[in-house]
Amino acid sequence: MKTVFEKTKGLTDKTFHYCPGCTHGIVHRLVAESLVELNVLDKAIGVAPVGCSVFAYEYFNCDMQQASHGRAPAVATGIKRVLPDSIVFTYQGDGDLASIGSAEIMHAAARGENITVIYVNNAIFGMTGGQMAPTTLIGQVTTTSPNGRDPLTDGYPINMSEMLAQLIGSTYIERVSITNVKNVKHAKKAIKKAFENQINNKGFSMIEILSTCPTNWGMTPLDSLKWLDEKMQSVFPLGVFKEVK
Amino acid sequence: MKKVLMKGNEAISEAAIQAGCKFFFGYPITPQNEIPAYMAKHLPKAGGRYTQAESEIAAINMVYGAAGCGARVMTSSSSPGMSLKQEGISYLAGAQLPCVIVNIMRSGPGLGGILPAQSDYFQAVKGGGHGDYNLIVYAPSTVQEAVTLTMEAFDVADLYLTPVMILGDGILGQVMEPVEFIPPKKRKLPKKTWATTGNDGSRPNNLINSLYIEADVLYERTLAQYKKYDLIKEKETRYELYNTADAEVIIAAYGSTARIVKSVIDGLLEEGIRIGLIRPITVWPFPYTIFEEYASSDKVKKFLTIEMSMGQMIEDVKLGVNGKKPVDFFGRTGGKIPTYDEIKGKVIEVIREVTA
Amino acid sequence: MEKMILAGFGGQGIMSMGQMIAYAGMVEDKNVTWLPSYGPEMRGGTANCNVIVSDKDIASPIVDHASTVIVMNKPSLEKFEHYVAPGGNLYINSSLIDHKVSRTDIHVHYIPASDIAVEIGNVKVANMVLLGALLKISKVITEKSVLDALSKVLGSSKTHLFEINELALEKGAALVSNTNPNIAM
Repeated sequence: MKTVFEKTKGLTDKTFHYCPGCTHGIVHRLVAESLVELNVLDKAIGVAPVGCSVFAYEYFNCDMQQASHGRAPAVATGIKRVLPDSIVFTYQGDGDLASIGSAEIMHAAARGENITVIYVNNAIFGMTGGQMAPTTLIGQVTTTSPNGRDPLTDGYPINMSEMLAQLIGSTYIERVSITNVKNVKHAKKAIKKAFENQINNKGFSMIEILSTCPTNWGMTPLDSLKWLDEKMQSVFPLGVFKEVK
Repeated sequence: MKKVLMKGNEAISEAAIQAGCKFFFGYPITPQNEIPAYMAKHLPKAGGRYTQAESEIAAINMVYGAAGCGARVMTSSSSPGMSLKQEGISYLAGAQLPCVIVNIMRSGPGLGGILPAQSDYFQAVKGGGHGDYNLIVYAPSTVQEAVTLTMEAFDVADLYLTPVMILGDGILGQVMEPVEFIPPKKRKLPKKTWATTGNDGSRPNNLINSLYIEADVLYERTLAQYKKYDLIKEKETRYELYNTADAEVIIAAYGSTARIVKSVIDGLLEEGIRIGLIRPITVWPFPYTIFEEYASSDKVKKFLTIEMSMGQMIEDVKLGVNGKKPVDFFGRTGGKIPTYDEIKGKVIEVIREVTA
Repeated sequence: MEKMILAGFGGQGIMSMGQMIAYAGMVEDKNVTWLPSYGPEMRGGTANCNVIVSDKDIASPIVDHASTVIVMNKPSLEKFEHYVAPGGNLYINSSLIDHKVSRTDIHVHYIPASDIAVEIGNVKVANMVLLGALLKISKVITEKSVLDALSKVLGSSKTHLFEINELALEKGAALVSNTNPNIAM
């Protein structure tokens, strides 16, 4: 039988634990494929966050470190200091990166750390059961914003890509989504470029990937994709926010 | 080797460099600022790299990343900063990563003050962070001892795969004394085959991790960790006995406080009064056995713990003495250093009680 | 064993004088400690350090009972006068301190160190004038060791300062023999 598609060597054989309709699986594959295609899997050291993707270390087929909540960019900094020729990436959710780890990501970018950050934004704390995140939209219902996020008490969503793009230290910041084939293909290109930048010593790259959480959003996977396209993208527009050539 | 006159903080830094520390992650806080400054200046010349973190939290997590790659790595701070590092220290202990952490204690709680204190004892030896773990904690009392223990700390960390803490105070950090840098006795150290260095497929992937979601797995891992702690207790416990033979009163003190106590002991000896000192050099593992031994002696009537705190090490002294003899306490805290006269006064009071 | 407290304003060279004594002691193979104050008083612009030079091991580096105290300004005299152990020596920079000490159980040396320093060309060597006096009385370390320490501290780029420092030491030493210490044991 002719092989038309196979799982990338960048992923292990471990079965994903993610919920049905969750887009972490797609993002994992894109990252893993990029490492393989760029021929750097043997030099890759990934840093897993705390959150739904905490077990990322079981899925990426390379050396991994598991970081405490929000500190993945600091851990990655430590790794890159010791092994400057390794390819270091963090894989973080919005609770990890935009909430508890906002200082670490900011300063890693400001230092121009030559690392690749994969930032998966699904506007909610997933693993802990659907609490309000800094990225939760105004009016969005979560367990800790039962009447919808109210800016008077809860403030406004944080746009990390726009913020980090302002820093002199950052090199490449883009927000992508994976809601259809075209978007997935583009996301892959962006992720690959973020790794290429690191290979070429260009400095800090972050790809923000808008992602769904059907379970905690209380929607079907298809409705989730629609909600992402319509609602999330109006707050978190897609595009390149910074690219130093 | 020639002696050099150095501040405690600088000597600890130089000792680390000479012990092969290549990476240092720091953040400013008084009274330990000479350490990051020395590392920033001298580490690059030794082929290493200094990185200033954005916070103590980031610094300890950078240590985690670097230690996970198998490098010799260090961070330092002082009390409020050490509180911030506790989460990271728990992760380091959980992931069994070797590293050296220096705490040049100042007074607390809260922002407290910048003057010397020993009020982080509980934090250092009873956990500090969450979960079942211990650190090896060295409590040097002179600059020379700080040098020796710092050099050894890197070996001990690599041998037992554990973070090691150097617990000093503002006096040790700031005092200048002549020191010699003599490499410690060579230990046979295991290869760091577990380090994440990139995998070319010749071995299974390496993982630095403290997450074990299955209770059975974490239970077994913790038991194995505690077996290791038993071995550390057996092999690495250290203390100094000063003038303890024939003493009726035994003082327990560590670090800078023990130096003042020694002065008092010397002074009293000139007056014909003999008292002894047990000075724990490792405060974890704590030298319980030697306290038990002296407590069992008919000669010894009473113990007196002296600390720059409201009484923290005294709990371990009491565990060692185990109710066999009374344990009294004298402390100064908040950045006040107990004076020679204050300690002498207390000692004489205790001697009077004992002889009455 | 010489247990010293040196105190004055920041900028009067208190800390470096203490380090020089410690360094000279080390060169002579003695045990030494130098402990600076770094606490809140530093923020008020005053500085002090404890220095011990001893043939025997030094236990505590903290000086509660000083055999020698040098004070270069008035707040330091107020703070440290009572630290001088009976029979000890108190050196006072009388250029900046008009107060007379009433204690009769110690040796008090009034030395117009700042005036002499200005006279010989640089107010910054006032500390060395006092150190010269100390060396004459205490003999804890030799002048030669101090000069060795000085050339090390100054380095090759500041050799031009060496002479004036040496002169300051001499002036201080000469003065203390002329001063009639207030001995009334």
